[in-house]
Amino acid sequence: LCHFFAQVENVRLLDRLSSRKTALGTLYLTATHVIFVENGSETRKETWVLHSQISSIEKQATTATGCPLLIRCKNFQVIQLVIPQERDCHDIYISLIRLARPVKYEELYCFSFNPKLDKEEREQGWKFVDLNEEYNRMGIPNNYWQISDVNRDYGVCDSYPTEVYVPKSATAHIIVGSSKFRSRRRFPALSYYYKDNNASICRSSQPLSGFSARCLEDEQMLQAIRKANPGSDFIYVVDTRPKLNAMANRAAGKGYENEDNYSNIKFQFIGIENIHVMRNSLQKMLEVCELKSPSMSDFLWGLENSGWLKHIKAIMDAGIFIAKAVAEERVSVLVHCSDGWDRTAQVCSVASLLLDPYYRTMKGFMVLIEKDWVSFGHKFNDRYGNLDGDPKEISPVIDQFIECVWQLMEQFPCAFEFNERFLIHIQHHIYSCQFGNFLCNSQKERRELKIQERTYSLWAQLWKNRADYLNPLYRSDHSQTQGTLHPRMAPYNFLFKFWSGMYNRFEKGLHPRQSVTDYLMAVKEETQQLEEELEVLRERLANLQKSQFYDNKVKSKQQDQSKQLGLSTSNSCLANTPQEYSNDLKSFPSRSPSQGDEEDSALILTQDNLKSSDPDLSANSDQESGVEDLSCRSPSGGSCLPSEDSGKDSDEAVFLAI
Amino acid sequence: MEFAELIKTPRADNVVLHRPFYLAVEGTLCLTGHHLIFSSRRQDNAEELWLLHSNIDSIEKRFVGSLGTIIIKCKDLRIIQLDIPGMEECLNIASSIEALSTLDSVTLMYPFFYRPMFEIIEDGWRSFLPDQEFELLSSVTEEWRLSCINKEFSVCPSYPPVVMVPKSIDDEALRKVAMFRHGSRFPVLSYYHKKNGMVMMRSSQPLTGTNGRRCKEDEKLINATLRPGKRGYIIDTRSLNVAQQARAKGGGFEQEAHYPQWRRIHKCIERFNILQESLIKLVEACNDQSHNMDRWLSKLEASNWLTHIKEILTAACLAAQCIDREGASVLVHGTEGTDSTLQVTSLAQIILDPRCRTIRGFESLVVREWLQAGHPFQQRCAQSAYSNSKQKWEAPVFLLFLDCVWQILRQFPCSFEFNEQFLIMLFEHAYASQFGTFLGNNENERSKLKLPQKTMSLWSWVNRSEELSKFQNPLYEANSLVIWPSVAPQSLQLWEGVFLRWNRPSKFLDEAHEEMINIIKYNKELQAKVNALRRQLAEMETDDRMQENL
Repeated sequence: LCHFFAQVENVRLLDRLSSRKTALGTLYLTATHVIFVENGSETRKETWVLHSQISSIEKQATTATGCPLLIRCKNFQVIQLVIPQERDCHDIYISLIRLARPVKYEELYCFSFNPKLDKEEREQGWKFVDLNEEYNRMGIPNNYWQISDVNRDYGVCDSYPTEVYVPKSATAHIIVGSSKFRSRRRFPALSYYYKDNNASICRSSQPLSGFSARCLEDEQMLQAIRKANPGSDFIYVVDTRPKLNAMANRAAGKGYENEDNYSNIKFQFIGIENIHVMRNSLQKMLEVCELKSPSMSDFLWGLENSGWLKHIKAIMDAGIFIAKAVAEERVSVLVHCSDGWDRTAQVCSVASLLLDPYYRTMKGFMVLIEKDWVSFGHKFNDRYGNLDGDPKEISPVIDQFIECVWQLMEQFPCAFEFNERFLIHIQHHIYSCQFGNFLCNSQKERRELKIQERTYSLWAQLWKNRADYLNPLYRSDHSQTQGTLHPRMAPYNFLFKFWSGMYNRFEKGLHPRQSVTDYLMAVKEETQQLEEELEVLRERLANLQKSQFYDNKVKSKQQDQSKQLGLSTSNSCLANTPQEYSNDLKSFPSRSPSQGDEEDSALILTQDNLKSSDPDLSANSDQESGVEDLSCRSPSGGSCLPSEDSGKDSDEAVFLAI
Repeated sequence: MEFAELIKTPRADNVVLHRPFYLAVEGTLCLTGHHLIFSSRRQDNAEELWLLHSNIDSIEKRFVGSLGTIIIKCKDLRIIQLDIPGMEECLNIASSIEALSTLDSVTLMYPFFYRPMFEIIEDGWRSFLPDQEFELLSSVTEEWRLSCINKEFSVCPSYPPVVMVPKSIDDEALRKVAMFRHGSRFPVLSYYHKKNGMVMMRSSQPLTGTNGRRCKEDEKLINATLRPGKRGYIIDTRSLNVAQQARAKGGGFEQEAHYPQWRRIHKCIERFNILQESLIKLVEACNDQSHNMDRWLSKLEASNWLTHIKEILTAACLAAQCIDREGASVLVHGTEGTDSTLQVTSLAQIILDPRCRTIRGFESLVVREWLQAGHPFQQRCAQSAYSNSKQKWEAPVFLLFLDCVWQILRQFPCSFEFNEQFLIMLFEHAYASQFGTFLGNNENERSKLKLPQKTMSLWSWVNRSEELSKFQNPLYEANSLVIWPSVAPQSLQLWEGVFLRWNRPSKFLDEAHEEMINIIKYNKELQAKVNALRRQLAEMETDDRMQENL
């Protein structure tokens, strides 16, 4: 049995939207989770929260009813508990503070998480995404680009991968020279190569140019990038920072490229704000999300004041600029910000996604994150606060990228192989520390920690459940899935929308009650079964027709067979009526694969590792709303559940505010 | 009057048409009595644009040298630009359009001239008659009767000739109640909730005045709708403050002392020019071509459009909740009972009654709760977002209702038989149409204009299978439950299909819609094939068996 650090009874879990839905239950603290189990044996609602998901814990003033504890999570869940005894509350608070801020990597969940796979399966999982394969897919190595082992022992740059792709004409001397002229020695390296016209996207950190410094090798390096694209006589250098920030950096001996020193570059600023601005912006937006029954004005003002959508648009604009330069102007682009691991990662991956349909597939998207984020040293540990660290380092950098993808999905509904749930689950696992993929700040650290031998890969897990993540509208032969996407970005022709599916993810009452995606997936599933049945029926028909020419003995024998066959198929078509398949048609929140098996309580608490591999489980498993959604979608739902209706979940107090 | 008198230049060549997302095209512009017609001259890609003059909301003209430019802003929110060579031609055309788009007389409107090119299978004027509605009601309850008290529109000019009232109240009492209600709109049945027998009624405000007049018959009528021992709710769509002020003008609200079994709830739904200004601001924001994300949200906020949506939906949910959850009957009214009242009663029915979520049922709802209930369409929809006239009676009340329906549709995408296009179509026809359905302000006016005899009904056209297929929601699966929408700001969105319709590229969304249809069509085809094969096999097997038995 699992060891409980603490167990407190008669704890109340408040519902943010409705005071009527307060639940009474028991709170458990384990080595990895906070678990709230609702009293009352029938529904057994459970709320699981991984310690690594906790972003803040707030102990509020004790009231007559108890001591309130507010837990905010990185996946945007907010949990309000009221603990009867102040003393218990304090103990829980102190324990959680410690548990939510581990100091050693070994304390993280992925080191104890065991999905019951053998060694081989785990190794296969880690091999699922292979970046060499990916560069090969792009058409590299070729006449212009080659793999360099200059960084083989992380000797040149410790936040870069060992294998880096550089222009053929860039010698080791040039690379090392250039690296010395770049922040944290992050020299220009290939991020994406556009096969059709040889243009490429390269990335680096800012040059150490100060007010006047130059570096011959760095200039040669940029020259080499230009030469690798014979079709163009210049390259764009895109500094993704606001001009003012870049200028300020010059005083610290850093800065940006001087067009006069580099031959044939066109320099361009694209003002994306820094991680501190983004952190505050998210904070402000989340405050709006947390407002209790806000008016429309409160909400829109708050959203506007947070600046969040403005920042999303800035990132998207930068990606569009680069994609256009590459695809339409056939010009290569070098992208950097300060260190080249936040904004640069965002912008390179948005541009790649726009340019190459492969990245809009499920596998391709995993590859993209692996390429632009994991391998190039995006500081996952620091940005997402996995280990206790400097809170000023935390910033929702990859969250913003994920939202850019969602905004694109809204505009191009047929262009992506995956659905919204896929994005939400990836976001969840970036913070969950359940899989080793996003641990540490660099490849070097991950190798030293032997991540691949000690933890599992998320990508294999997602791939295993890929049926849950499919976009039913995606068709690989559809025009939207081909070539470059050209999004419209002005407010008057495309709305950047507030993503309630993410930021109010756990407030199911706010989301559409019926999911078009799930509905269409169920239809497609049924279609597939029909296709199979059709095949069987045709065979039977052919047999039957044939049999009529044979003599009676043979005929009756065959008929027996076909009768049996008939029985089995008609059984399966009975299982095929809408009433039946609606059972597979679970609502979005409850659809996740492992939630179907709601075992009894003892089992749940012992098998917490297994159970919580599903991000949705950390939420309130709101069975009521699941039932309700089912009954809504099923055509005969009304007759099955005459007393049920979708009002169960709606907050009546909202309307009855008299 | 001859239209020809208004058309000085009936035709202009070498006119260039500009629209968003299309290349400029050159062609010929023709003016007729009711249409502006532009046809491109290019042989390879001949296209025609037909615009009803009545769809034109405002027109601006500019000159650069002798090249004139006319910018036409339509009630369906589209904006087009025509470059017309020759100052005189341009001026003539502009003044003709201005005159033809602002004709005073209803009988000069296009519906009186329109001759349908399609076969009329069902006369839409007779598709939704009160008798049919009453028949349905009679099958579940006997507590109500059809009263012909308003046969000649003599009691209430804005009510239809027949109305449903409690059986226990005779016409004499109704006459007295009518005297006590604004515009004589006495309480009538709007909706009967089969599940628990609760009802929703609507009326106008009671004329209590400052000295608290009361009317025994009114109290009796309202109480007649309550089951023994039950209470009811009066939902006043005005704030308490506004309702109190109304007393000074002879209006007012039900005093609880006189209606002890009723609890009054005040909601605040805006009216008239506040709504019109909201629409104007919203459309302005939507047409702003600047690329700034910042100002967009504050402009959206400043328009207050979504605030109105939220308020209307909330009031409707409240009414539905009282009926379905509290098991109480409801009376809804504002001042006149022709605007916010109808928004609330019709939306509550969409929430409560699955029938209203079908195409036919929704049409019936529009006929009952808007047309027959006397929403003054002609006044409200005289102008749209680009008008400068600022008449007090213009207001996008019906558009707000359609927007609310769209919000619910978005939250329950599989529960409606119709799609977004259906709602957009209704919006268009309410403002400008070849059909007579939305002409006039009430049944009284429509009967005087002899609309059923002289014009074609919108429903005659829509309810043909060719048209219907465009408006069907491929995802629809009848849902017999009450559907409770969320009214949180996070759940309400700008209706892009109307407000960004002409500014956004719709290609990708159209493709997605097409794909949805294909997925479902293919599934149905397979189902049909499988069923046919199964039947065939079953037949063959029985034949076989029979042969064996022989």
